[in-house]
Amino acid sequence: MEILLPFMIGILFAVGLYFMLHRHLFKLILGLILFGLATNLFLFVVGGITRSSIAIIPETEEVATEPYADPVPQALLLTAIVIGFGIQAFAIVLVRRVYQTLKSNNLDELNSTDKT
Amino acid sequence: MHPNLLLLLPLLIPLYGAIACLLCWRWIKLQTAVTAASQLAWTAAAGMLLYHVLGQGVLATQIGNWPAPFGITLVADIFGALMVLTGTVTGLAVFLFSLPGLDRARKRYGYYPLLLFLQMGVSGVCLTGDIFNLYVWFEVLLICCFALLSLGSTRGQLEGAIKYVTINFLASGLLLTGVGVLYSLFGALNLAALAQMVQEANHPNLSLLPIAGVFFIVGFGIKAAVFPMFFWLPASYHTPPIAVSAFIGGLITKVGIYTLVRLFTTVFVVSLSFALPLFLVLAGLTMVIGVIGAAAQIDFRKILSFHIISQIGYMLMGLALYTPLALAGTIFFTLHNVLVKTNLFLISGVVAQAEGTFALKKLGGLYLRRPFLALLFFLSALSLAGIPPLSGFWGKLMLAKAGFASGNYLIAGTSLAVSLVTLFSMTKIWNEVFWKKKKKPAPPVKKTSTDVLRQRLLYLPVIFLMLFILLMGLYAAPVLMLAETAAAQLLHSETYIKAVLK
Repeated sequence: MEILLPFMIGILFAVGLYFMLHRHLFKLILGLILFGLATNLFLFVVGGITRSSIAIIPETEEVATEPYADPVPQALLLTAIVIGFGIQAFAIVLVRRVYQTLKSNNLDELNSTDKT
Repeated sequence: MHPNLLLLLPLLIPLYGAIACLLCWRWIKLQTAVTAASQLAWTAAAGMLLYHVLGQGVLATQIGNWPAPFGITLVADIFGALMVLTGTVTGLAVFLFSLPGLDRARKRYGYYPLLLFLQMGVSGVCLTGDIFNLYVWFEVLLICCFALLSLGSTRGQLEGAIKYVTINFLASGLLLTGVGVLYSLFGALNLAALAQMVQEANHPNLSLLPIAGVFFIVGFGIKAAVFPMFFWLPASYHTPPIAVSAFIGGLITKVGIYTLVRLFTTVFVVSLSFALPLFLVLAGLTMVIGVIGAAAQIDFRKILSFHIISQIGYMLMGLALYTPLALAGTIFFTLHNVLVKTNLFLISGVVAQAEGTFALKKLGGLYLRRPFLALLFFLSALSLAGIPPLSGFWGKLMLAKAGFASGNYLIAGTSLAVSLVTLFSMTKIWNEVFWKKKKKPAPPVKKTSTDVLRQRLLYLPVIFLMLFILLMGLYAAPVLMLAETAAAQLLHSETYIKAVLK
């Protein structure tokens, strides 16, 4: 099972980047979301996966019983998920606004500021 | 005052200011007053922090009193405190400009709270001592940039914002990946703890450090607009109103450079043999491509945007040379550039408020009508190009001297040649905007006295920044000393480690 995760992360990164390079606005959003998911999953896996045990110290003991899962990557992950969620929500509203204002969902047409 | 409080104030003042602004959402005048008070207090706090750090050495505090490698650490050394202080000065100037220079609608929809949150992010990035918190503060700063860039939702702004959001989201993802790699290698996120582990030289994962380094080079390279990754910058920085783009354009890319310098003098010190030649090549290309891009533009703000990229090359050059003199040059040049670039953006704003356009072809004859503005532009532009005795000269002198001293003649020569082309671009603006005769003089519009007063008020922030630039140029010795002490502190990270880990 664990051997599958790196491949899954790789595929998520690749698909996210591919969608971002696409010229359709909706696929840009999909790309952003998938890329965010890939980074989160990477952070989770690279911190080390441990089965079955958590880092809560029992009342009778001084330290948690080994082996336990490292709680730091999980804390980082939670923060990263929340931040990613906020930015993705903003991006979705922005894309909707772009579509309303420019009446186009083709990213190639977003070049009026580059012409002088 | 307790020194630890001093370290927190640059974060707390903008935060409370922004919350107070949000609470009085409907009353713009109240928001303005709150923002004015916060800006002044923020500047004072940053000044006091710098004073303390100069006197007492590196200052560190642990939030919640958790001991260092586990808790959240805030650290201020001279470079960090200097960056915060420069940020506060530009913040004050941009705020002064926004009073008469920004439309009511944008103020109504949260310009002030967003600006304050952005400033909190800048303080956070400069003062944090933990690599994951660095990422979080960068996100705080970026989300405010996103909102400020698209505030107003004009066509151009939306186009610029979507490019900016996409590429910066990508960069943040790469940074987070880098943080993950670093944690998996060393099991720590505290900068001081990482620096200590790296220096021990027998850690089994030490040879894998460049892998993490690459993620940070690319991530912060995108945020600092380094050569192959800068295309988002000229596509977005010229779209929002000046009160927004002056602050973002002046400060945010330099914060990217600041983090690169910080990381490559603490954590990645052992992978330098791999990173420094790369930085050297990137610095040269960034300078050259940026300045050539600027030469092709015919819009006031676009020329300035391309020059941001070109100047980033100089800052990277100092890091790439990695001698005490070169790092001091980078620090001095960063401080100088934040002030000068913001000032040039503000001047372009004054011109546009008077003439209604940024296009060089439509402008002209301002020297005759506004000689004082012409003088202000002249001094800022020469300072940017590096003409003695203005501030840019000293920074470039240090960098070029460090380049020649370390035998990197190519990069030193490139930096000097790029200065000449910078002068050419500035001459172009001077010729088109101030010198040439306006072909069709606009029909004289009757100005009311409030209009005249408003345009006079716009000069205030420009003069304010000009004073700092002149001071940095004409009275350079103390600032140079400061930069040299800061560079020495960066290169001797033992004091930093000791202050954090006690």
